[in-house]
Amino acid sequence: MPNFVMSYLGSTVTPGQAGNQFWALIYVLIIFAGVSVAVVAMNWIERKALAHFQIRLGPMRVGPHGLLQPIADALKLMLKEDIIPAEADQFVFWVAPLIGLLAAFAVYTVIPFGPSQAVSDMNIGILFMLGVSSLGALGIVVAGWASNSHYPLIGALRSTAQMVSYEVAMGLAVVSAVLMTSLNSTGTGTLSMIGIVQAQQQQGTWFIFKFFPLGLLAFMIFAIAMIAETNRAPFDMAEAESELTAGYHTEYSGLRWSLFMLAEYAAMIAVSSIAVTLWLGGWMRPFPNLLQAPLWEFTFSLFPGLTFLGLAAIAGVGTARMPSHSFFRIQRIGLGVFASLLASIALLLLLIAVAGRSADTSIAARFSEGIGYVYWFVLKVAIFMYLFIWYRATWPRYRFDQLMRVGWKVLLPISLGVLIATAIVGVIIS
Amino acid sequence: MNPVLNSALNTTINPGMAPVATPFFFYLLAGLAIAGGVLVITRRNSVHSALALIGTLLSVAGLYLMLYAPFVAAAQIIVYAGGIMVLFLFVIMLVNIERVSKERRFNRIWPAGVSAACGLMALFVFAFVKGKALFPDRLMTLRESSNTQEIATMLYGERGKMGQYSFGQYTFTFEIASLLLLVAILGAVIMTKKKM
Amino acid sequence: MVPITTFHYLVVAAALFVLGVIGVLTRRNVVIVLMSIELILNAVNLNLVAFSRMWGNLNGQVFSIFITVDAAAEAAAGLGILIAFFRNKETINVDEIDLLKW
Repeated sequence: MPNFVMSYLGSTVTPGQAGNQFWALIYVLIIFAGVSVAVVAMNWIERKALAHFQIRLGPMRVGPHGLLQPIADALKLMLKEDIIPAEADQFVFWVAPLIGLLAAFAVYTVIPFGPSQAVSDMNIGILFMLGVSSLGALGIVVAGWASNSHYPLIGALRSTAQMVSYEVAMGLAVVSAVLMTSLNSTGTGTLSMIGIVQAQQQQGTWFIFKFFPLGLLAFMIFAIAMIAETNRAPFDMAEAESELTAGYHTEYSGLRWSLFMLAEYAAMIAVSSIAVTLWLGGWMRPFPNLLQAPLWEFTFSLFPGLTFLGLAAIAGVGTARMPSHSFFRIQRIGLGVFASLLASIALLLLLIAVAGRSADTSIAARFSEGIGYVYWFVLKVAIFMYLFIWYRATWPRYRFDQLMRVGWKVLLPISLGVLIATAIVGVIIS
Repeated sequence: MNPVLNSALNTTINPGMAPVATPFFFYLLAGLAIAGGVLVITRRNSVHSALALIGTLLSVAGLYLMLYAPFVAAAQIIVYAGGIMVLFLFVIMLVNIERVSKERRFNRIWPAGVSAACGLMALFVFAFVKGKALFPDRLMTLRESSNTQEIATMLYGERGKMGQYSFGQYTFTFEIASLLLLVAILGAVIMTKKKM
Repeated sequence: MVPITTFHYLVVAAALFVLGVIGVLTRRNVVIVLMSIELILNAVNLNLVAFSRMWGNLNGQVFSIFITVDAAAEAAAGLGILIAFFRNKETINVDEIDLLKW
């Protein structure tokens, strides 16, 4: 049995390819934990960033600078009373958030964090992602119906119609990115996610910059469609508080509502990861082919440690600037502890990067390489998450008929045109 | 007969252990599919039937994956579970009237229907029993191995074969299928337009 | 344990087919009848893909894609007819859809 466990270490394929169920399970658990931590962090960043966009401070009391606010929110939601409407269908009311959660989390099976850091690299990875994310619409429409009241029903029908409309444009944009993978020597493209990033590496350019402006247009279509898919601003007519009294999750309270929020944030992170993999080069650091000297490799491998050092410095400045009143002593101590935690993580990462520079095949080198892949991927996804919050703070909402008009009459013809143009240019060039 | 397939099936791919997981997953998925089918035709509530049908469709997609058909499984999930069932749920919510839930589920001549279906099942059993001689055991046995890439390549050749078939041998069928979809879209839009 | 042969898949497909036929012949709700038709089409698809695996040929899989497309078109058209009829007569009972009877 230990042989079964240890035989995977040092392999260059994903656990799915190697047939190793134990490590696949470990990866799944790591993804669960990582996504939960990311959703909690996202909750905090959203409230603080929205507040600062609106020239106010956001949560400041619960922990130092509101850092413990998401935990307080989670506790509150778990302890709330679980209200079910009178004539609602019990079984369907219970199952609806689970369908949405399942659809959101199943996408993570194919997302590659590195050339062998994925749960399983299916041959049809991108098709799997499209199919499973379209199952999320089912959860919403069933949730709206099960609430047995007309506001959630209308909200659910609107939300589902919006998701289904923008799925078409999303699929066409994805197809034009997949088309670009076939411009290699053998002439066959690939649908697997790791294959798409490796095609970008071989062709020496991120697909967003390929055949300018076609790659950029396809990326922008996908970016707009993914905001509409996850019901975020400015396409959040179906769930905004001032319209339709919160749409399909009106009648859900406490833990069930938090499942819907978890599904929404997880879906946001999942579609951002898809966009990063398809157009922005996935796990590759900037300029992997151009700057290939070992010095450049070492410089770029220092970035994870330096990022955490920067975060620790910000937390340290926050600690120093706290008012020196006795009421703030606990907060000051807490923020200081957090800053020192971040600094120790930074130190560990820097140590691994420095140790991995000397020998090429040592454990430290492999660790530093793996950490580098995951770091660049998470950095790009984090930029997308910040953009989601920025859009919510800045843009007004689309009215529902305007929303449907944009989906069918604007995005669909543009994505068809981009697909045809990409195919023609690809045939001409190769 | 395919000479490559002949010679490949006659050699042992994996002389080691027999796979244990395959019968378990087959019986699980087949049981879920049939249970979902039974629930579809017996529930009074249409939404429960639709959810059971979604369960059946996803189980059948799993069976396709076991038959080394990943593209068909993906198409099944995208088109059937993600498209057609959303359409069904929309229509159920649009035509849901209180009266329906209090009516009888089955019509008056249901014994005739069930006996006709039993006759059909008897016909299937007859065809299977008589036709078993036509399919030698060598072909019916599905070889599995622990190296799925190798067996998929042996069965279906290199990747890209689906595209070669769709746009080569079956081009005409492909174009007619797209024309059929266009006609269906036009028909659905025209039939459900409100009279101005 | 007996190994899984093609025959097992054919039995599952036959069972789904018979369940779909019972649904079409017996239920009074038009939407459930349409769902049973989808069951029948799925059974046929499973049959095709099982035989494609047996013969090691991709023809069965390609043809099952076309059947899936056909099922989508037919579901859309059938539900359109249902909605158009529902506007006129306010019922979804197959026994009451009898305007053309003499």
